[in-house]
Amino acid sequence: MLLLTCPHCGVSGDETEFAPGGEAHLKRFGPGSSDGEFETYLFYRRNPKGVHFERWRHAFGCGKWFHAARCTVTMEVFGTYPADVTEPPAELVETIRAKRPEWEGF
Amino acid sequence: MAHRLPSGGLVIDRSKPVEFTFNGQKLKGFEGDTLASALLANDQVLLGRSFKYHRPRGLIASGAEEPNALMGVGEGPRFEPNQRATGVELHQGLTARTQNHWPSLGFDVGALNSWIASRAPVFSAGFYYKTFMFPRVAWKHVFEPVIRRAAGLGKPPKEADADEYEHFHVHCDVLVVGGGIAGLSAARAAAANGARVLICEQTPHWGGRALVETETQIGGMSGADWVRGEVTALSGMENVTMRTRCMTSGLYDHGYALLYERVADHVPGAEGTPRHRLWRVRAGRIVVATGALERPIPFANNDVPGVMLASAVRDYVRLWGVAPGEKAVVFTTNDDAYRTALALHEAGVAVAAVLDARAEVKGELPARARAAGIEVRAGYGVAKVKGGKRVKGVEIGRLTGMGQVGGRREELACDLVAMSGGWSPVVHLWSHCGGKLTWDAEAAMFRPDPERGPTGHDGAVNTLACGAANGYLHTDLCLSDGRVAGMSAASATGHSRGEMPEAPEVQAIPQAHPRPLWFMPARGKYAHGTKHFLDYQNDVTAADVQLAAREGYESVEHAKRYTTLGMATDQGKTSNINGLAILADQIGAEIPQVGTTTFRPPYTPISFGAITGRARGPLFKAVRKTPMHDRHAANGADFEPVGDWERPYCFRRMTPEGRESRAQAVTREILNARQKVGLLDASTLGKIVVKGPDAGKFLDLVYTNMMSTLKPGRCRYGLMCNENGFLFDDGVVVRTGEDEFLCHTTSGGADRVHAHMEEWLQTEWWDFQVYTQQVTDQWAQVAVAGPNARKVLEKLGGVDVSDAALPFMSYVEGTLGGLPARIFRISFSGELSYEVAVPANLGLALWEKLAEAGEEFGAMPYGTEALHVMRAEKGFIMIGDETDGTVTPQDLALGWAVSKKKADFIGKRAQERAFLAAKGRKQLVGLATEDPAEVLPDGAHAVKEVKAKSRMITIGHVTSSYFSPTLGRSIAMALIEGGSERMGEVLSFPVAKDKVVKATVVDPVFYDKEGERQNV
Repeated sequence: MLLLTCPHCGVSGDETEFAPGGEAHLKRFGPGSSDGEFETYLFYRRNPKGVHFERWRHAFGCGKWFHAARCTVTMEVFGTYPADVTEPPAELVETIRAKRPEWEGF
Repeated sequence: MAHRLPSGGLVIDRSKPVEFTFNGQKLKGFEGDTLASALLANDQVLLGRSFKYHRPRGLIASGAEEPNALMGVGEGPRFEPNQRATGVELHQGLTARTQNHWPSLGFDVGALNSWIASRAPVFSAGFYYKTFMFPRVAWKHVFEPVIRRAAGLGKPPKEADADEYEHFHVHCDVLVVGGGIAGLSAARAAAANGARVLICEQTPHWGGRALVETETQIGGMSGADWVRGEVTALSGMENVTMRTRCMTSGLYDHGYALLYERVADHVPGAEGTPRHRLWRVRAGRIVVATGALERPIPFANNDVPGVMLASAVRDYVRLWGVAPGEKAVVFTTNDDAYRTALALHEAGVAVAAVLDARAEVKGELPARARAAGIEVRAGYGVAKVKGGKRVKGVEIGRLTGMGQVGGRREELACDLVAMSGGWSPVVHLWSHCGGKLTWDAEAAMFRPDPERGPTGHDGAVNTLACGAANGYLHTDLCLSDGRVAGMSAASATGHSRGEMPEAPEVQAIPQAHPRPLWFMPARGKYAHGTKHFLDYQNDVTAADVQLAAREGYESVEHAKRYTTLGMATDQGKTSNINGLAILADQIGAEIPQVGTTTFRPPYTPISFGAITGRARGPLFKAVRKTPMHDRHAANGADFEPVGDWERPYCFRRMTPEGRESRAQAVTREILNARQKVGLLDASTLGKIVVKGPDAGKFLDLVYTNMMSTLKPGRCRYGLMCNENGFLFDDGVVVRTGEDEFLCHTTSGGADRVHAHMEEWLQTEWWDFQVYTQQVTDQWAQVAVAGPNARKVLEKLGGVDVSDAALPFMSYVEGTLGGLPARIFRISFSGELSYEVAVPANLGLALWEKLAEAGEEFGAMPYGTEALHVMRAEKGFIMIGDETDGTVTPQDLALGWAVSKKKADFIGKRAQERAFLAAKGRKQLVGLATEDPAEVLPDGAHAVKEVKAKSRMITIGHVTSSYFSPTLGRSIAMALIEGGSERMGEVLSFPVAKDKVVKATVVDPVFYDKEGERQNV
């Protein structure tokens, strides 16, 4: 039962208050994209052992989507941030680097 | 013979006798007894039959680790099977029954299993896997029923549970698990520093083993007195919550814990209190002070009733004043069990000998035993127990360095064997959430590795073990370890006043290290191990583990599953360490290399009632009702669930012949709507407002159709696909203003569609200026459908609903019959139809006005089934019937609603994929059965060719099937491979063993193909 903090309303809540939305920062490929690009966008996911960026929605709260950077091994949550960005904030990347020197980076 | 001692028993009240029933026999105990202690006091040593071999079994333990004494407790609606007698508090009128035997506990036919097993390799590890292989069919009809009858634990209760259960949601700074001296010290230290502390203890008593070990003095008083003082001090602190009878069943991610409080098990049926309570706790820090469990020693016949853990024997004597036998033999690998010998001696029970596996026995406890005149035999062990339903004696011998029994074997007569293989810290909770263990070879135990404990959301270790759970078995270390853990936990949650409660002085007897003894004897005559029980509850022996290792199951996780070691309801509390040590020996590895199996919650089983809490009956799930619901109920409605809604399926009228059947009602409702006019409560229809300068642009992306070109005041039927290109919702979109749209969704799909829109708006097109709002509940809506529909609305008056003013697929706002209304000229029945929406609080008024105005025009309400049949007659699809998540609009011949002009919409790219554009996909068709009276079963499969013997190849399936009263024949829709090219083809549907229904492929629009009825 993860403990997550919604960056929009500031509430820390049980996992059951949120709805998971899979891997974050996927680039959408629409009409005009190649079959390979579209397949990758639609079906291929990283599933890393370690640092992972994922989407969550504060479904039983403010209703807003956000992203969480989390370690899939220890469940440590490095931070959460709003979903209207294409990459994680620089400070968060620094925080993760400090905690996981072996991390390949975003 | 076991009996109640004339005096003693710290937790029983001899002035309060209690009567109870065991297997129909009336027995007496005292308040404070457990069912186990009371049975033992009545010399009831045989308490059950084992799982596989049906061997006679008695008590091994006195607490949570008891594997054998499982009983059915209570009666009728309060009956619960598989209750550990050691955990059941005795109360007046308690009834208990033994399990897993036939015809009786004393004479059990199933015990033949044991006799057979002694002569043939049956029931050994993997026996089922190896034996019941062929023929396949025999598994279902022969093997499984027989095994199910012979094996298994208690029977489930037959009646509904009479009790109530509830959940608590709690936050605290520090959760302390375990109310022994370490836990109490931790709680005291954490609380003194200002932390909010929750401390829970699984038994009804605080103090743990301190109550029993009377040789030990804490702060100049007995352990029990010191505990009383601590409990008094803690209960006076407002930042401390204390609960007994409260077992922490599991630790989960980020400091989440589940606690199981047995509030009223000891006072069944108590008013105003739940039976069990599940605590859902989020703690800043968790202190695990769960103590340690004593290990049995695997020697031959170590399961005969009368063989018990040494600590349990001591517990029965000192806590409940019960002597478990008349003459005891103590078999130990350590000093601690000498306390049992001394306790028995004090209580007047003869101790034939203490057999100590260690060659050299020094130390004060052995010295005290010798001084009391008890014979101590160093380097000796029990080779075998004599007796069947009760211990009659033991065969003993000298242990060699290799663990063999050497020299002359003797026999000692006794009726009680107290064994102690040393202590294992209770590391279950520590391990539940990833805490790692380290092997302490000197103390022969796995103990928590504090550097690698479970971590919280911030990555810091959030769990601290202390006391015996941390591997400290001595009183003074337990106390100081607890204090330090409490201080650290408080400090980590921001509470450090620098308060360190004073350390009490401890007078305890020092103890020497144990000699690890995992299998007795490890080699030699008795070492075949088929009667050396490790896991009593699952009947797993040392030989099973050895066999598993020989057959290649060398990983501890594999050996566990192959033998079922540790997989019973006791989760291997007494068996795991012995089992993995034997496995290690067999494969020539060290114990830490073999490692432990995964510990999983719950620590001890918790009730389904506690998990369920209040979520039963009407509270199981919220039901949504429309504003007209009660009126429908009064009008004879039969309801059906639609999403979370309850909608009238049909309205069954009274006739001179009695109340209509459902089928009669549905037929009447359809014909009435087709011939006159029907009223449908359509309030459940999903409604989402999409508003903003970019609303049209956004809807162009969400729907497959073009929505931005819709004129204000007009309606358009729209389809929604997911990014995979599959249809997932449909509904009519209304442009209610220049930058405002009202999107209708399916009744069950409103939440899903709204979430879908928000997801795309927030995570992909966050620069769009659009707001969405779900307004399903804000509006009540009634469909007025049928040739007389216009007359009904005109009678109410106030809005021009003529075809000229309000043509098909248009919308108007006005005051209808005095009510502010939105009127949509849309039709799901194919008839002239208006959907009238009013604010929800006026829904009932609208319904009543429509019913009254409609009376002279023959208006009758209709339900969802009539709705379904009428839409099927028109060939309209229903999300969830014609779609199943793998169907595209093109498959349903709805390609006309998929824009070719738009550059993009959700699902467009996917629909260009080869797979979705391929020929031969299943396509929607209508079906006309050869016999018009024959209604195809929903879901029936069409086959390429009907075959009697071999497997048939299906080419599609029926998605909707009804009898159409309008057409007087059956109709069906189906998804059939290449369906659009099969017009006129006759398909075969094998629906039963000897029955094939034939149906012709036809146009799915069965009625009014030109749509003339709705365009009037």
